[in-house]
Amino acid sequence: MDNILSIVTFIPAVAAGILALFLHGEDAAAQRNAKWVALVATTVTFLVSIGIYTGFDPSNTGFQMVEEGEWLMGLKYKMGVDGISVLFVLLTTFIMPLTILASWQVTDRVKEYMIAFLLLETLMLGVFMALDLVLFYLFFEAGLIPMFLIIGIWGGKERIYASFKFFLYTFLGSVLMLVAMVAMYSDAGTTDIEALMSHHFSSEGFSVLGIYVVGGLQTLMFLAFFASFAVKMPMWPVHTWLPDAHVQAPTAGSVVLAAILLKMGGYGFLRFSLPMFPVGSAVMTDLVLWMSAIAVVYTSLVALVQEDMKKLIAYSSVAHMGFVTMGIFAANQQGIDGAIFQMLSHGFISAALFLCVGVIYDRMHTRDIEAYGGLVIRMPAYALVFMLFTMANVGLPGTSGFIGEFLTLMGAFQVNTWVTAVAATGVIFSAAYALWLYRRVVFGDLIKESLKAMTDMSSRERLIFAPLIVMTILLGVYPSLVTDVIGNSTAALILNYDMALAAAEAASQTAASH
Amino acid sequence: MIQADLTIILPEIVLAVYAMAALIGAVYTTKDELAPLLVWTTAGLMALLAIWIATNSDGTRVAFNGMFVDDGFARFSKVAVLLSAAAVLVMSQEYMARRNLLRFEFPLLVALAAVGMMMMVSAGDLMSLYMGLELQSLSLYVVAALRRDSAKSTEAGLKYFVLGALSSGLLLYGASLVYGFTGTTLFSGIIQTVHHGDVSVGLLFGLIFLISGLAFKVSAVPFHMWTPDVYEGAPTPITAFFATAPKVAAMALFARLMHDAFGGIIKDWQQVLVLLSVLSMLLGAVAAIGQRDIKRLMAFSSIAHMGYALIGLAAGTEMGIKAMLMYLAIYVTMNIGTFAFILMMERDGKPVTDIDALRQYSKREPGKALAVLILMFSLAGVPPMLGFFAKFGVWQAGVDAGLTGLVIVSAIASVIGAFYYLRIVFYMYFGAENEDPIETHSSPVLWVALMGSAALMLVGVFYQFGIEGAAAAAAATLVN
Repeated sequence: MDNILSIVTFIPAVAAGILALFLHGEDAAAQRNAKWVALVATTVTFLVSIGIYTGFDPSNTGFQMVEEGEWLMGLKYKMGVDGISVLFVLLTTFIMPLTILASWQVTDRVKEYMIAFLLLETLMLGVFMALDLVLFYLFFEAGLIPMFLIIGIWGGKERIYASFKFFLYTFLGSVLMLVAMVAMYSDAGTTDIEALMSHHFSSEGFSVLGIYVVGGLQTLMFLAFFASFAVKMPMWPVHTWLPDAHVQAPTAGSVVLAAILLKMGGYGFLRFSLPMFPVGSAVMTDLVLWMSAIAVVYTSLVALVQEDMKKLIAYSSVAHMGFVTMGIFAANQQGIDGAIFQMLSHGFISAALFLCVGVIYDRMHTRDIEAYGGLVIRMPAYALVFMLFTMANVGLPGTSGFIGEFLTLMGAFQVNTWVTAVAATGVIFSAAYALWLYRRVVFGDLIKESLKAMTDMSSRERLIFAPLIVMTILLGVYPSLVTDVIGNSTAALILNYDMALAAAEAASQTAASH
Repeated sequence: MIQADLTIILPEIVLAVYAMAALIGAVYTTKDELAPLLVWTTAGLMALLAIWIATNSDGTRVAFNGMFVDDGFARFSKVAVLLSAAAVLVMSQEYMARRNLLRFEFPLLVALAAVGMMMMVSAGDLMSLYMGLELQSLSLYVVAALRRDSAKSTEAGLKYFVLGALSSGLLLYGASLVYGFTGTTLFSGIIQTVHHGDVSVGLLFGLIFLISGLAFKVSAVPFHMWTPDVYEGAPTPITAFFATAPKVAAMALFARLMHDAFGGIIKDWQQVLVLLSVLSMLLGAVAAIGQRDIKRLMAFSSIAHMGYALIGLAAGTEMGIKAMLMYLAIYVTMNIGTFAFILMMERDGKPVTDIDALRQYSKREPGKALAVLILMFSLAGVPPMLGFFAKFGVWQAGVDAGLTGLVIVSAIASVIGAFYYLRIVFYMYFGAENEDPIETHSSPVLWVALMGSAALMLVGVFYQFGIEGAAAAAAATLVN
């Protein structure tokens, strides 16, 4: 299959089109059909996407399975994957069938719900495969529309505030990135990402509004992209949209948000910021590292005092993303490998944690930690699953969470000891809030009357968790599964980055000596 | 010689003669009973003329000693003007008939306004510019006050007339200064003087007054005050008309004057246009937030959109003109769809314009709600809708011309503006249930207009019907 990437990307969109055109009515049969169509479509997408994995050659550091075609306004339709993006594609196709399964009990506007999720999958896959700036932006930004609707229509009480905040916050970041993209187009004359990676953007300092900008154009462009990716990631202090969005989104929406949408920020740093603006990145490295360290500690402390389970997990996500940005900007093999690993592992673990909340929320319709306690008595299987993912979230060795945190810390240590020391305390805090949450929800006496009728997980719920458990443990004990695929691509990225920095250094010295 | 001149302006003559003949015919026969027929014949004639002009490829021709120019740029603008005017006409027919507003003068005034607009975009002289502009404006003043027994409508017409007269005065004063300092009213003569480096303060004064007069016509801030009141007061089909064809014509005229007459001193007018553009985008974005009336909201939306289109003009390059033309074509398409929906909104047969009435509309009419959703995201400039590519085009031109600051401001304005488009989506999809829901009366024409323009917003991402090439060719003839 020559165009397997396009096929994988557009299977969900086609299924969404089929649902929109041929499925009518809101009765039980129509709802069931909508769910089955969505489930089959996402599963087929996953199965086909395995073909991308098997056809992928890890020793090749360039883009593979590239498709290219003319598009409008001098832009190109170009898709391709490399070691950095291929696993994100698989993560997306892997998570989506689970989110559909987790939505089995939705009864309000099921057809529209499934269409929104299917379109969202197409757009997310497009983000990871697009090799044209504007095509990337199109997928990146269009994903806001279905997510806005998912939070707004199927969300909780404060859904309207959360959906607007989500949309406008991310939109502001993104338009600034778009301006930088337009500037890149006018500077390099192309929007082809592959060509832009080898294009040298000027790094000569100049003054803007009386402020001298070190690193010049590259720093400004870096900041514009940073505005978008830092919000998406999200990094402290622009993370405040995330807890709101997570708490108000339906369970499946939270899962997609945490497992996949957040990864677009990290992916963006690796795809654009480091390779295209190496000097700009180097100028900003210290700032980003410290922001990451603050994020890890601060959001962990905030997580400690949360009353709402989803909010707690949302803050823990921000903390874990702090490790990711720290690893990326350490810009060495351990750091970047660790960052990608952490993103994938967080994709599984946070998805599972939100699903864990979803399981009891479906039964009790509350997310207040206070409302629970002693669940282990009635729900032993649930307690076991929840414990596994709590431990993985803490970073217990043997789970995938450990590898990511360890590698990023090791990478950062070589660059900045103090940042690493501060961030490492975050590991302790994360144990504190996660274990305390677990204790309050699962252990203790079962004194609340309302909880005594709770039933353990159904077989549908067990089916959802099984693949996540397998992946979390598999990656925890056999991390080379990931690092072998990404290793060569990240090594090439780092090599280019270091060479670009050395060249810029040499150029500025020649300029100084004249 | 005169015969050659007449061949060049044949489309204008045909439309003008048709309008006058039909006017006399209707007066002496059955008057308003003829109106529905006249709407369709006028729209049909406009569409035919559009096809005729679009297929004409005679290159650049000049008539009446340079007072009238027929080039690729004029033809592109004329096609856009004629098609959008025709679309609005057929959309209004049923709405106006059901409310006893359908006078036979209405289609004919629109036809005369269209003649004026065709004249404007072909102007090669300050006098023909003013003739076209006034023919258009006088027709518009009358249609704004079409509902004679409504205080709001007459107020709208009167306001429009008084402020319009003021702006015409500014424009004429500017024209007289330009004439005084260059000794000619021909654009080709003015640009020669300018090229000689003979740019006196008086000439610049004249230029500024000309720009002010035109800024009024495109409703750019700070000359926008009439827009919200006129949009709100005029009957909805008239508002739809105001928001489409005249905007295209006025922007095209603006571009023609700036490039044909003042092309050599781009630096001198660029800063003025940048200011107009920034103010329009910001005010359009901020002022619409508090609006509850969808027509007022669309008024501010059109102010903001003119600000974005002005980026293309302010760039002062061929790329900028191309982006501006694309922007206008896409803007008109979006607005036709949106106004088709506004024309549908009613309760017990009375038109409703309060956006609060849209609560949970998606539950009752999922198809139409989806179309409006697509249009709203497109107006906000969110990809993958076509509205995004319109913005992308002007931003590209802006950055290319070194106006990065302007582009950044416009990016921020577009985020602020997104709020009120999202709010309409919010009412339709997430709002609380409304006890008094609106009905949407849809005639086939309105349905086709709404669904068609929403579909175009998506299809345009893959295929743009050759508009891009036409816009590029049009821009090339204007800037050389």
